[in-house]
Amino acid sequence: MIARLAAIAGAELRIAARNRWIILAALVMVAFSLILTLAGSAPTGTLGVDRLTLAVSSLATLSVYLVPLIALALSYEAFAGERERGTMPLLLTYPVSRFEIIAGKFVAQFLTLAAAVAAGYGLTALALWLSGDTSPAGFGHLGRLTFGALALGATFIAIGFAISVAARAPAIAAGIAVAVWLVAVVLLDIALLGALVADNGGVFTKTVFPLVMVVSPTDAFRLLTLAPLDPEIVEAGIGGASRGLAPSPDAALVSLLAWPVAALALAGLLFRRAEP
Amino acid sequence: MSGARARLAHVAKCYGAVVALDDVTLAIAPGERLALIGHNGAGKTTLIRLILGLATPDAGKIEVLGGPPGAAAGRRALAYLPENVAFHGLLTGREQLALYAALRREPARVVAGLIERVGLADAMDRRIATYSKGMRQRLGLAQLLLGRPRLVLLDEPTSGLDPLSRETFYDLVSELARAGAGVLMSSHALTEIEARTDRIAILANGRVVADGRLPALRAEARLPIRLRVEARADCAGTLADQLGGARVNGCSVEIMCAPEAKLSLLGAITALGPAVRDIEIVLPSLEDVFRHYSGGNPRGDTP
Repeated sequence: MIARLAAIAGAELRIAARNRWIILAALVMVAFSLILTLAGSAPTGTLGVDRLTLAVSSLATLSVYLVPLIALALSYEAFAGERERGTMPLLLTYPVSRFEIIAGKFVAQFLTLAAAVAAGYGLTALALWLSGDTSPAGFGHLGRLTFGALALGATFIAIGFAISVAARAPAIAAGIAVAVWLVAVVLLDIALLGALVADNGGVFTKTVFPLVMVVSPTDAFRLLTLAPLDPEIVEAGIGGASRGLAPSPDAALVSLLAWPVAALALAGLLFRRAEP
Repeated sequence: MSGARARLAHVAKCYGAVVALDDVTLAIAPGERLALIGHNGAGKTTLIRLILGLATPDAGKIEVLGGPPGAAAGRRALAYLPENVAFHGLLTGREQLALYAALRREPARVVAGLIERVGLADAMDRRIATYSKGMRQRLGLAQLLLGRPRLVLLDEPTSGLDPLSRETFYDLVSELARAGAGVLMSSHALTEIEARTDRIAILANGRVVADGRLPALRAEARLPIRLRVEARADCAGTLADQLGGARVNGCSVEIMCAPEAKLSLLGAITALGPAVRDIEIVLPSLEDVFRHYSGGNPRGDTP
């Protein structure tokens, strides 16, 4: 089983490594990480925290948009593309199980995303470590950020798989993926902020909002990575607004662990029932 | 020899209100090349998908390599080529075939040899995106040769292939059959498969309307045989009157006759002696047989 899973993953890794959109996204990740870190040097002295902690705050804000985007760009084509090319029925007639196919594809795409995240965060941490402006607490924040980004990425790869299995064609899968990204990453937060302002501390703020902050994977990611930071370095927005309202980062941790498992289970269930 | 490589008994399959297959009974024997012909939408692809286990029948029983369709044991000895297959453009031909070899647990060293056999040696390290349709199809053929398939299913395998590649393809199919594989191929290219398959099954509106060797189908259909008699100068008119045929041009007469009347008619023609320059006998082609069974009109008039 491992040999066949590895064969599927190997081919998928080659495809991802040659996909110019993925390469571009990884470069954007690295470039933005470095720019945000190097440009964010000014307020360090006044806030009294190390630059690494400051960088984590910037990286978290960047990653919440970029990581789901890279994940969906990797995954939306994985099944719809094979079906359109006619290779999915062919693959399913080989002595390989559907579990091995979906697991192999997932492993490969997760490794690709992890490489992009590691490159972006790693270079940032290395640059700051060389400049000597880091602290143990800063590395703790970086560790939480890395875990959060990988969990967020895994979640959106699995969501992309579910879209790819269900969509009739790659173009449709791409459209749905863009819509999911817009809603989950952008529109949900705008709606939440709007509702918070309109509600002005009422029932919504006390009951619905904390729940959404944990259940939504992007907000759970923010909660996990930004809540432990000094409030003064976290920029305004949903991360700042959630302070004091949302549950503890522990709940966000559970949510971020549950999301990839649940999304992958859904994709697997859809794939098992699909007639290629 | 063991039993049939695949056996379908009274199989039916509907897609909504559309009856794709209706009471289909068919068997593929070891070493046999079976051609499946029929109009578009006659049910050829559905039949292949059912044997592969990619779809499940609504009624009837299917047995593939001694087990149910799609079973893990059967899939190890089964090779398939889908219609118009296109592989991922970012992989090279060698990488794509290496993936299939790994899934079949074949050693990676067989890959280069197989790619050479289908004539892609120069292109094997190029990305598939640069391949023509025919080259992609040939890569699809190469993956059929992995392992020792005992059942080979081909859906319109020669579409997109140039004449030379077609020759190579039929050679490969014959080789697989000689090694004991049962080969089922659906096709539109009737003139090609006439001489290169052992048995023919005709599907029309989801039903098997004919199943047998071409001579048997021809005899059963009782299609007329066409005799073209070439006359010496100025004799065509007399010839047409005496034999009861139709004048094609100034010097030829065409006669349609029932199979059993062929010999007596030939006798009558040779008795005419010097008035006849030559005789050509045209047996009904597979195309004529197909038209007869699938409900269309055979070429020419029935006497």
